[in-house]
Amino acid sequence: MIGGAERLARRQRRLAFALVAPAVLLILVIYVIPMVLVVLTSFTDYSLVSNGFDWIGLENYRHMAEDEQFGNALRNTLVYALVFLPGAFFVPLFLAIAIQSQKRFRSVFEIVYFLPVTSTLTAMALVWSALMDSRQGILNNVLTSAGLPAINFLGSPDVVLYSLAGITLWSIIGFNMVLFLAGLTAIPSSLYDAAEIDGASHPVDRFFKVTWPMLAPTSVFVAVTSSITAFKLFDVVAILTQGKPAHASEVFLYLTFLEGFEYFNMGYSAALSVVFLGVIFLFALVQTLLADRTTHH
Amino acid sequence: MTDMTAIAPARIRLARISPGRVLGFVILALGAWVVVFPYIWMISSSLKPTDEVYDADFTIWPRTFAGVQNYWDVLVGQPYPTFLLNSLIVCGGILAAQLVTAIPAAYALAKLRFRGQTILLGTVVACLTIPINVTSIPLYLGVVKAGLLDTYLSMMLPFLVSVFAIFLFRQFFRAYPDSIIQAARVDGFSEIEIVLRLIVPAAVPAVAAFSVFSFVAHWNDLYWPLIVVQSQEKMTASLSMMQYRSEFDINYGRTFAAATVVTIPMLIVFLFARRAFIRGITMSGVKG
Repeated sequence: MIGGAERLARRQRRLAFALVAPAVLLILVIYVIPMVLVVLTSFTDYSLVSNGFDWIGLENYRHMAEDEQFGNALRNTLVYALVFLPGAFFVPLFLAIAIQSQKRFRSVFEIVYFLPVTSTLTAMALVWSALMDSRQGILNNVLTSAGLPAINFLGSPDVVLYSLAGITLWSIIGFNMVLFLAGLTAIPSSLYDAAEIDGASHPVDRFFKVTWPMLAPTSVFVAVTSSITAFKLFDVVAILTQGKPAHASEVFLYLTFLEGFEYFNMGYSAALSVVFLGVIFLFALVQTLLADRTTHH
Repeated sequence: MTDMTAIAPARIRLARISPGRVLGFVILALGAWVVVFPYIWMISSSLKPTDEVYDADFTIWPRTFAGVQNYWDVLVGQPYPTFLLNSLIVCGGILAAQLVTAIPAAYALAKLRFRGQTILLGTVVACLTIPINVTSIPLYLGVVKAGLLDTYLSMMLPFLVSVFAIFLFRQFFRAYPDSIIQAARVDGFSEIEIVLRLIVPAAVPAVAAFSVFSFVAHWNDLYWPLIVVQSQEKMTASLSMMQYRSEFDINYGRTFAAATVVTIPMLIVFLFARRAFIRGITMSGVKG
């Protein structure tokens, strides 16, 4: 009996190794080894255009402090995130609450608002750039016919980040709305009845007494994933502005891409990638800490 | 009596919210118009001759119908069928590899005991936070060294294993009752049979959700194809849009016919697999 159990355990162990082997091999090749290499590369001046390389320690990281483009990219990313994040959080929250109270058209709205999430952003970004065209775009037609001055949405350094935030908001709202809807449906209706007995009968009271606290874990998740999305802004910049005008839309990830794959400064680009990952880890940490707090609540 | 008390408060609440609900509907409808307008404009423009695309007074239906010409140019005159096929091959290959590697690994992590199990699970969770943008430099250099630039393999390489799928499926498999697995073992099922005949069928919702999610994500991906694709023969649908970033292609009608051709497949996938897709997103949030 014991011998049989022992044999089964051994056979299971061998089988388990066989089952995980392909995944383990690929995780090593795709994640672990490249992670080690990217950190190592960040300590070198490796460049694709010159032969050989030298170890330069933390020089690449020191260089960031004096690199104007780095400071500029950081600032641009921050400005973009400050415009993008409130919209990416509150608009979907409002939509989810409004949709949940609809009966008949609920699924129609759900489908419509979700369409941009599945759409190829590179193609839809082209459409948005046409709508935002400085001379003939429909948005400017609307503005001028309302007696307002036309806006150079993608060509003006002061406006371009707001315009990009508008396009990416359009593409993400449905995603966050679905998350909020799932959170809302999970709130037991008995809580609302209890709140009503406690005198919270106005919708605003009900929202702050029940919905908002019960939605806390979802809110944390939406806030953190949206922050990461904001930090990863790339596609729309690559296809519409390439960092222009005057580096006004050059955001962090786009600069990292330029340094690595346009200027071939692999060492510096690797250092930027490491910083990039550091920031994402920070977000993940915040999420874990907040998630613990909100679930205890 | 119980019926009365159950219905009465609900009715009161319904009556009280009603104006709010009407207002909500109006705002939702206006927002929906803003959301769908780019699609209407895109499809409308794809049917127009160039000089009508930017006409000051926009009409949904073109005054001069150029749809046949535009789509003919895109689908016959330009290699768009190739671009779509490339996307299909790459996304299909990625998905197949992801399922084949993730399902067995997730089963082993969920239901078997082996040395290094905790380390593997920890590695999987840690890798969840690493986006392709961080590892792209070593991966690119490796692809160059191996002479694989501009091949399907290099386009799929970074995504052949999905740590997200492993994690997701593990959570799913863990909920599967051990007693059934034990009973199957007693009945002489091998572990492979257990996976294929018991676990996978039970995990169909999770697998379907992940599949739609993965396929759409890689169809829309721009970053990695931009790095490893060099020739038109390997260009993906999403990457092909980069051709229009310069302002020199002045055939606008054709441009938006191309944009429509690239966007439509995933819209169709979404409309048919809506529930699976949305489940895929909410599952990513539920994991905790």
